[in-house]
Amino acid sequence: MELLGGIFAVAGSVFLLLAALGLIRMPDLFDRMQAGTKATTLGTMLFLIGLALAEPSWAGKSALLILFVLFSNPLSSHALARAAHYAGVTLGAKAACDELAGECDDEAGEVTA
Amino acid sequence: MASLLFDIAAFIMLISLVLAMVRLLIGPTPADRAVALDAMTIIALSLIGWISLRSGRVIYLDVAMVYGLISFVGVVALARYVERGL
Repeated sequence: MELLGGIFAVAGSVFLLLAALGLIRMPDLFDRMQAGTKATTLGTMLFLIGLALAEPSWAGKSALLILFVLFSNPLSSHALARAAHYAGVTLGAKAACDELAGECDDEAGEVTA
Repeated sequence: MASLLFDIAAFIMLISLVLAMVRLLIGPTPADRAVALDAMTIIALSLIGWISLRSGRVIYLDVAMVYGLISFVGVVALARYVERGL
């Protein structure tokens, strides 16, 4: 059981490392935000599951932490992305269209910004 | 064996903390720095969990929760600042 927890912890830390690499390598702000939020959420959840498996009496508190990370991390990232968009940060050169600004032609682009 | 695996995980998390700090230092806009700071606080939350396992004290998990709460409020405040100034 403890060995399984250690394997979960190493997997979570590898996801955290990939998130940090994405923070450095991605071309524009919103790509960086995607790498830095989703991968860190998954990595932290995997590490805390490993912690709960290694110490089963701490499972309640670990579950509470997992729920907290799962709820708060996408929320703060969403607020930050919206603020950056309205502050004038533009998409990278490879992005197709800006949906929040109403530049898209398909039916998904009918959002009124 | 399991303790060694947790130590390896903590070492990898330290490396990723340093990599995120590079983005915090070179990020061109304030929003870049805010994203890097968000990722760094989440990584540090996992590291506090490792500290609680190594020291055998469950109280550090409460510390991790309060730290995550403060970082969430801090990132939302930074988002307000990026959007319309103080």
